[in-house]
Amino acid sequence: MRRKLWLVMGVVALAALSVSCVSNASQDALKPQGPYAQEINNLFTSVFWIAAAIFFLVEGVLVLFVVKYRHRMGRTEIPPQIHGNTRLEIAWTILPALILAGVAVPTVATIWDLAGKPTGDVMHVTVIGHQFWWEYRYTDPDMKTASGNPITTANVMVIPENKTVYLSIEAEPKDIPVGETVIHSFWIPELAGTQDAVPGRTNHIYMQADHPGTYWGQCKELCGLSHANMRTKVVAETATDFATWVAAQQAPAARSGDLLAQRGAEVFAGGQCILCHTIDGLQTAAGNPVAGIGGPNLTHFASRDCFAGCTFRTNPDELRKWLADPPARKPGAAMPNYHLSEDQINALVAYLLSLN
Amino acid sequence: MASVSVPAEGARPRGLLRRPTATTGVWSWITTVDHKRIGLLYGATALLFFLIGGTEALFIRLQLAEPNGQVLSADTYNQFFTMHGLTMIFFVVMPLSAAFFNYLIPLMIGARDVAFPRLNAFSYWAFLAGGLFLYSSFFLGGAPNNGWFSYQPLAETSAGNGANFYAAGLIITGLASTVSAVNLAVTIINMRAPGMTLFRMPVFIWMGLTVQLLLAFSLPIITVALFEMLFDKRFGTHFFDPKTGGDPVLWQHLFWLFGHPEVYVLILPAMGIVSEVLPVFARKPLFGYQFVVFAGIAIGFIGFGVWVHHMFAVGLGPVANTAFAVSTMIIAVPTGIKIFNWMGTLWRGDLRFTTAMMFAIGFVGLFVIGGLSGVTHAVVPSDFQQTDTYYIVAHFHYVLFAGAIFGLFAGLYYWWPKAFGRRLSEGWGKAHFWLMFVGANLTFGPMHMLGLQGMPRRIYTYPARLGLGFWNLVATIGAFTIALSVLVFLANVIVTSRKAAQHEADPWDGRTLEWTTSSPPPPYNFEEIPAVHSLDDHWHRKYAEGKGGTLVPVPAGGADHHAEAQSGGHGIHLPGPSYYPIVASIGLPIIGYGVVYPKLWWLAIAGAVVLLVGLYGWALEPSAE
Amino acid sequence: MAQAVHEAHGADHETSTGLPNVKLGMWLFLASECLLFGALISTYVLYRGSIGEGVHPIDVFDIAYTSISSFVLLASSLTMVLALSAIQRGDQVRLRLWLMTTAMLGMVFVGGQVYEFTSFIREGMTIKTNVTSGAFYTLTGFHGAHVTVGILMLLSLVVLSGLGRLGQERSQVVELVGLYWHFVDIVWIVIFTVVYLIPAGTAR
Repeated sequence: MRRKLWLVMGVVALAALSVSCVSNASQDALKPQGPYAQEINNLFTSVFWIAAAIFFLVEGVLVLFVVKYRHRMGRTEIPPQIHGNTRLEIAWTILPALILAGVAVPTVATIWDLAGKPTGDVMHVTVIGHQFWWEYRYTDPDMKTASGNPITTANVMVIPENKTVYLSIEAEPKDIPVGETVIHSFWIPELAGTQDAVPGRTNHIYMQADHPGTYWGQCKELCGLSHANMRTKVVAETATDFATWVAAQQAPAARSGDLLAQRGAEVFAGGQCILCHTIDGLQTAAGNPVAGIGGPNLTHFASRDCFAGCTFRTNPDELRKWLADPPARKPGAAMPNYHLSEDQINALVAYLLSLN
Repeated sequence: MASVSVPAEGARPRGLLRRPTATTGVWSWITTVDHKRIGLLYGATALLFFLIGGTEALFIRLQLAEPNGQVLSADTYNQFFTMHGLTMIFFVVMPLSAAFFNYLIPLMIGARDVAFPRLNAFSYWAFLAGGLFLYSSFFLGGAPNNGWFSYQPLAETSAGNGANFYAAGLIITGLASTVSAVNLAVTIINMRAPGMTLFRMPVFIWMGLTVQLLLAFSLPIITVALFEMLFDKRFGTHFFDPKTGGDPVLWQHLFWLFGHPEVYVLILPAMGIVSEVLPVFARKPLFGYQFVVFAGIAIGFIGFGVWVHHMFAVGLGPVANTAFAVSTMIIAVPTGIKIFNWMGTLWRGDLRFTTAMMFAIGFVGLFVIGGLSGVTHAVVPSDFQQTDTYYIVAHFHYVLFAGAIFGLFAGLYYWWPKAFGRRLSEGWGKAHFWLMFVGANLTFGPMHMLGLQGMPRRIYTYPARLGLGFWNLVATIGAFTIALSVLVFLANVIVTSRKAAQHEADPWDGRTLEWTTSSPPPPYNFEEIPAVHSLDDHWHRKYAEGKGGTLVPVPAGGADHHAEAQSGGHGIHLPGPSYYPIVASIGLPIIGYGVVYPKLWWLAIAGAVVLLVGLYGWALEPSAE
Repeated sequence: MAQAVHEAHGADHETSTGLPNVKLGMWLFLASECLLFGALISTYVLYRGSIGEGVHPIDVFDIAYTSISSFVLLASSLTMVLALSAIQRGDQVRLRLWLMTTAMLGMVFVGGQVYEFTSFIREGMTIKTNVTSGAFYTLTGFHGAHVTVGILMLLSLVVLSGLGRLGQERSQVVELVGLYWHFVDIVWIVIFTVVYLIPAGTAR
């Protein structure tokens, strides 16, 4: 009887599973949106049902025994003293081993399948984990900007639909002075599994989206105070939209006619921002290009709808709060509080939002 | 027996101090070398840490109860989940298991004490010193905040002294555990009563032996890793520093080479307890005793060969991932054998649902869930999604809470009357069980869903858009249900302690040697060391097995053992209490502070002197006064 | 280890295996120590070929010098055996002599190591120089610390014997210290081979 609760809980768990499949959780490993995530999910699903069958079998027998062999009032006789049964032992050694062997075969096949080298028409992106944001470099030769560098973005990775993307995952290079070089882990559950970004190593993973859409992900390996705020998203677009995006990214930063934005550009180029941030096409007063290292590339900042590890939406209000005190908004953020004046912040916000 | 030392009558004591003589009061506990008292000290300390670690868990669950929680800051949250993990592993499950091992190993194998009684006291005090040392970091600038696994280079580069406290604290408790492991292993191998052959040992003792060997061979590995980490921080070496050629993955290998055997260190004692409790309340022998024993040994052995399954996403390549996927699946086979044999024990039994039995059956039922989810981690591609998510948190809490903690509570209810002469109240006990059973499933069940839906581990906050709020709230309600169940347990302890002691020697109609002696047992355990003739010797003294396994009670002879104890054990010489174990162990945290604070380097020397004084006093101590 | 000294005398009673508790305990402890040195040696092997900056161990090794100090340590195993045989015969004078000799040989080894370390540091290889140097000092330093603990135990035995508290019936104490001492020697053979001899043949 007391085991009835068990069954109820099992049913609840199953119900929960089905509910979750229709919920709108936006980084859901159970809702694969591309062939690689699908391959993993197929494997998981089949193993899950095998496990579920074993679960119900074992728990069912357990409940049965508990009910059937419970002590009855007044019983004094001692039950038969059964010490074991070798045939049963052999059976329940070999049977699970066979089931596991059955699980191992597709497991190993999938391991090797996912670890293969890329062939055919594949896009290459290098993913770099920083404390606490993801940087994306489009390393294919046709993805260079006007200045000859790879298209470099932060927090938002744009990819074409139905095209395999081969990711090279790395941790922040050791010579970058901003933030510590630590382990991160890159995860876009709806498109692919996880790979760690380990200092000194390059890991690879395949990713592909079947449809245009937004696929969220986030850092999985504890990397410091704002590990929870190291989020990211992949935006898949149609081939034509993607081509438009590439062309826009290859262009240097926009020059706004807005006076406030122009003032913001001066604040930016004349302040500490240029130590870490890069803006293609902007120059310092001395005429040097703005090409800092260690911080997100802001050339097309406003084309990305989130910033600071995709923790905040790109809008004037969030930007203002951020610039006023970054570490207060995101614990452990490498960008310090520069104690900017209200005017400086307004100008910077206007400038940054003009960088589309 | 080593423990039965023979004092030279009238010999002049030649130690630094006279041997302590108190048999009651605080000093008797501080200087005790009685394995039963040390076991109780381990148990009480572990339960205290259980409350602390549990409180940390409640704060974690409050923070995560809804999106964008504001209960804890990011830094405090990281400290709390790190200390929660460290506390529950090193200061709750391990010492609570040690409590059972200390208290029961000599009683179950028919010995008067462990092989090295003073070393045993040292183990306890050093463990306590390590725990207090680690916890003092909360008041000295912040506790460790990089997770119990303390991955490098994050831990090395993190600000503050937390990581130093982590390394030094774990070295101290590791030393305590290594010493204790050697002590208990020697006790089991060497101090069995006449006739107690290896295959007449209770399964709990077998699991004890396996655990001690696992500890003895895995702790040195983590000790090396901790020293290397400490040297990186203190002396500027580069073991795990990728900037200068160090390899952060080396830390992971060393950590998990220890860390995975450690998982079995945590679960095997509970498996041993369940293997004792089920037969007693099913009134049947354990089904397939030898298979259960071999399965336990196999788990311990294979446990050294599966560590990379914690590192599938590190990028070690398909060869390593394949090999460790297969080895991890293999370890599921002996685990299954155990579960099936426990069920075989229930089959055709006469099941009496005492609280201990309910916890034991609860263990079997819930451990199955942890075992099955474990298999899904061995499926490497599937693990690529699940690793570092709440799915993993769910998995290991089913193993370590619904598994280890349930098993340990089964042991507490089962052996409580042996240690205190009173049964814990069954009414309160059943309330405790049901609340904890429901609470555990409410807390950890939803975490499977959370992980699959995209909730990574170790995050102090999550946005509302992920749709994780509902299951997180359920988990938080579950956590408070568990907290309530623990309060019920404490109430049970208090209520029980106010009742008159029954002093039943054998309240459950038990099967093993500890039930032959009085409750609580005399300091010398047994009036006469029992001669053992079979597995479950005590049972066979009470019942003779007829044809086809039917039993008839033996009319007289075996059951009235406590009558023997009346003579008071004259002529049995037990090792005297001693000051030196605690003196030596106090040196350890002093050295620790000297290592953590470079400006207080002289403390390290002072601590070493204290340690040496303790050890020399110990070595030169006369055997008794 | 020192704690074993006392409990030793009670252990001659029958045990399940026939082995005294202290001896079994010592064997288990040494088995555990194997893993400690195993992990340290593994770390060194992993980092041996590292091409970090600065002076590397193989740049400064003086194989001849270390061979001699290794020989000294090996010789101390022989004198340890002689000490044990002395106490078993009840010869307290020779016991003290051989214990003292063993301790002296150990001190020569540790002194040689200290000299070696200081000369390496003079040549520019400190514990901070690179991963290899750090691994080298940690591994050999751990071993040196073990030898030092052994020397302390040997000297303690000399004092005990002098006080007349190390009679023939307590020969087991000497045997235990001997087990430890031989273990430390054997570990050194492995370290010497892996650290000094093997990389000498391979170009960095």
